[in-house]
Amino acid sequence: MFNHLLSLLIWLPVAGAIPVLLAGSARPNLARWLSLLVAVLTFAVSLFLLVQYNPDTGGMQLTESYLWIASWGVHYGLAVDGISVALILMTTFVGILVIAGAWEVIQDKPHQYMAAMLILEGLLIGVFCATDALLFYALFEAILIPMFILIGIWGGPRRVYATLKFFIYTFFGSVFMLIALLYLYQKAHTFDLATLAALPLTMKEQSWIFFAFLIAFAIKVPMVPVHTWLPDAHVEAPTGGSVVLAAVMLKIGGYGFLRFSLPIVPDASEHFAWVVIALSLIAVVYIGYVALVQEDMKKLVAYSSVAHMGFVTLGIFIAFMLVRGSANIDMAQLGMQGAMVQMISHGFVSGAMFTCIGVLYDRMHTRSIKDYGGVINVMPWFGFFYVLFAMANCGLPGTSGFVGEFMVILASFAANPWIALFAAFTLIIGAAYTLWLVKRVLWGDITNPHVAEMKEINGRETFVLVAFAAAVLALGIWPQPLVHLMDSSVSQLVHQIAIHKI
Amino acid sequence: MPTFIDILIMAPEFYLVAAACLLLLLDAFMKPEQRPMLHWISIVVLLVAIYMLIAGQSEQTVTAFGDMFVRDRVADILKIFALLTTVLVMVYARPYLIDRKLLIGEFYTLMIFAVIGIMLLVSAGNLVTVYLGLELLSLSSYALVALNRDARLPSEAAIKYFVLGALASGMLLYGMSMVYGASGMGGTPSLDLAQLHNVATYTTTPKLLLFGLIFMIVGIGFKLGAAPFHMWIPDVYQGAPTPVTTLIASGSKLAAFGMAYRLLSSGMGDLSQHWQLMLAVLAVASLAIGNLVAIVQTNLKRMLAYSTISHMGYLLLGLAAAGPEGYAAAMFYAISYALMGAAAFGVMLALTRAGFECEEIADLKGLNQKSPWMAFLMLLAMFSLAGVPPLFGFWAKVLVLEAAIHANMLWLAIVGIVFAIIGLYYYLHVIKVMYFDKPAEGSELQAKPDASLRVVLSLNALSLLVLGLYWGPLLGWCRSAFGL
Repeated sequence: MFNHLLSLLIWLPVAGAIPVLLAGSARPNLARWLSLLVAVLTFAVSLFLLVQYNPDTGGMQLTESYLWIASWGVHYGLAVDGISVALILMTTFVGILVIAGAWEVIQDKPHQYMAAMLILEGLLIGVFCATDALLFYALFEAILIPMFILIGIWGGPRRVYATLKFFIYTFFGSVFMLIALLYLYQKAHTFDLATLAALPLTMKEQSWIFFAFLIAFAIKVPMVPVHTWLPDAHVEAPTGGSVVLAAVMLKIGGYGFLRFSLPIVPDASEHFAWVVIALSLIAVVYIGYVALVQEDMKKLVAYSSVAHMGFVTLGIFIAFMLVRGSANIDMAQLGMQGAMVQMISHGFVSGAMFTCIGVLYDRMHTRSIKDYGGVINVMPWFGFFYVLFAMANCGLPGTSGFVGEFMVILASFAANPWIALFAAFTLIIGAAYTLWLVKRVLWGDITNPHVAEMKEINGRETFVLVAFAAAVLALGIWPQPLVHLMDSSVSQLVHQIAIHKI
Repeated sequence: MPTFIDILIMAPEFYLVAAACLLLLLDAFMKPEQRPMLHWISIVVLLVAIYMLIAGQSEQTVTAFGDMFVRDRVADILKIFALLTTVLVMVYARPYLIDRKLLIGEFYTLMIFAVIGIMLLVSAGNLVTVYLGLELLSLSSYALVALNRDARLPSEAAIKYFVLGALASGMLLYGMSMVYGASGMGGTPSLDLAQLHNVATYTTTPKLLLFGLIFMIVGIGFKLGAAPFHMWIPDVYQGAPTPVTTLIASGSKLAAFGMAYRLLSSGMGDLSQHWQLMLAVLAVASLAIGNLVAIVQTNLKRMLAYSTISHMGYLLLGLAAAGPEGYAAAMFYAISYALMGAAAFGVMLALTRAGFECEEIADLKGLNQKSPWMAFLMLLAMFSLAGVPPLFGFWAKVLVLEAAIHANMLWLAIVGIVFAIIGLYYYLHVIKVMYFDKPAEGSELQAKPDASLRVVLSLNALSLLVLGLYWGPLLGWCRSAFGL
């Protein structure tokens, strides 16, 4: 089993979706239990990664490689390093919570919903361990299909607009990456990522390829100015869809930068790092302000996601300024490490925030902030969790939100204090929009009679929120295991980008 | 004198001709209540032909009747898939024909004659054989389009098809005559494609040769349905009975690829630097017109017609690359399109019933609630046509794009990919209608209970997924046909 651990992780949820579908609409409960079983099993299997993966040696481990397309030399190649392991664990963890979260909320064709979620989970895991660019690309794109269905069937009133925009937007980004990959194939005659990383390329080629990758991943992250699909998709998606979207799918963008842009086109990445850094700072500051004025809770959290993901891209590309500008390897490593911690942390925090909004929405069927107020009076336990996640969202020390942001700000300070200054703005703006949201939703008197009728969270919802809270606190108080898990991989990456290709 | 070997090489074709004639006789002498048997007999006839082709595959190229007929792996693969899609069409057509009282012997005989035309065309070693195969295919198709002769729309479509088809045949013939003439200037005149291959090197009238080439490309463009020779496609697709549309959309495309390959690569290979650019222009025009006009269509058959035009644009990307890589990619594309087209029209055929054609996109509203399996099959076909991984259509697109880049036509690949994004919209729209919309009031969308239809259609659509996950062997097969 351990020889095929990664394959098992990918195909278990995908294959598990078939019995769930067959359970059909006639026996919705069977479908629910089956999917939960599959999700829990997948999580259990993913825990073996921690046992099998040796974080001290780093590098790609648990390698599986089979010739997939002989005439093109395409391999079905899977392997993980510390970063992938962390992301996969987060995916399987969130996978259980979205299934549990949708339990009785999804009444319309629950079997199809659960099956789509499971397929999505499997594909996402695949993205995080593909070592062949073509395999990565296929999985990267295939993800759109279940997400398209999820938003389109179970989404809000403007779901069709949102899901079409989501699909076409992301598809638009990735096709240029395909052209870039085909170009690289012409030169290297392989899609193997390790070989492509060693392929010498001129600056002109690197620049074109860099921008092709940038479009693909910037849309996925999303970065300003190509973030506009995200608020729409988030607002219209069902709760589970939003959670997966924010927690896992956005991470593919950041992950893509690490796997593609940095190793394959390091010189162009260095040359254009300022573009990414500038866009990241705009995301942190400007989108923070945009979040402040939102009247829709989901939209607010969606914009805050864009702002937080700005830290990820900032942390990744600030490393270039440090490594190549001032040869400050340690700080570069810190920045990169911070970006990775931020990815994982944001996965849990934003997932939790969207779950909280889902809880409110299921009771009131509105996401508008002004319809709420005084929720704490009727749902004290819910209020407790909501405040906790809000604190994590604005980066309070002791929660996971703090760790990553702090590391990235520290690294940017070493690169350029001005960058750090702008990045640190998030601490104020983030607190402003999050706390103001809490104030308007939780505190105050009950003005809307429907709020008075709201029921306290039930056992299932409590389970989901407790799980998220545990993750957020654990990472916040004791991030060391996560940092250790990714440490050697990040260090290798930083050393790799120090090498010039031209 | 034809030798025994010649006949052996052409055995599948001879066998089919004999079978088709026999079917005609059977039809005439059968009792009316036994006629439905013809359906099964024809399918068996075609399956046997597939078996003969597979069993009789030879490693090297063989020719018969003085190089008139070429049997190589390209021909074998195209024939096998053409026969296969014809079987699919027959299976999908049965309930449709029964509902409309069109289950008559002519349908089956004409289908078989059309497929013989395809087989001759893709095996052509001589300009005359090309023309012979083309006309056999075309004339059968014209008649098939007019199968329901009392209805207005099919008759109109048939006339349009016939008039424009005749014009295109004339162009092709005119081009051939010029090429023939040019080959006589400075050498012995020849109709043989292998001898024409290097006519450019010795002819004293290169302008005449080029002129002929242009006319031949017009004929090819018409047969493929590439813009600006696409005018007939939407009307014929919409007007023809859906089973016939399916044949035109699947088997005919294989034939068109075979014809283009024979004429351009085998015949005019030396002029590739000239026709490459012409094909590139056709490709860009087809991509643009097909994808943009498809967006505004409300009729599903018409939308798929424009989508065909755009797909032929992709196929031309591979042909324009003018090398074994490109031909292999284009052949792979033709096969993938034939299977995708058959699946998409198959779902439509499964949903039709007497008085309900299921032609409008809006007719599919809420299909996921009424018949989730049919909706899923259609979803596979649509995502495959759109070129979304992990479906078959995606890999076909990747291959032609790669071929274009390989042939130093990066710009063409970028144009292709940009139109793939635009084209995405209308396929997603169909999925939106099936999955996100509520069924219309009193909608009676229901899949046909016909077991053979359901099983074969499911296999057909699932093959898009299976081949999407594991397309290596098929690609290897296609590449081996071009010596790669």
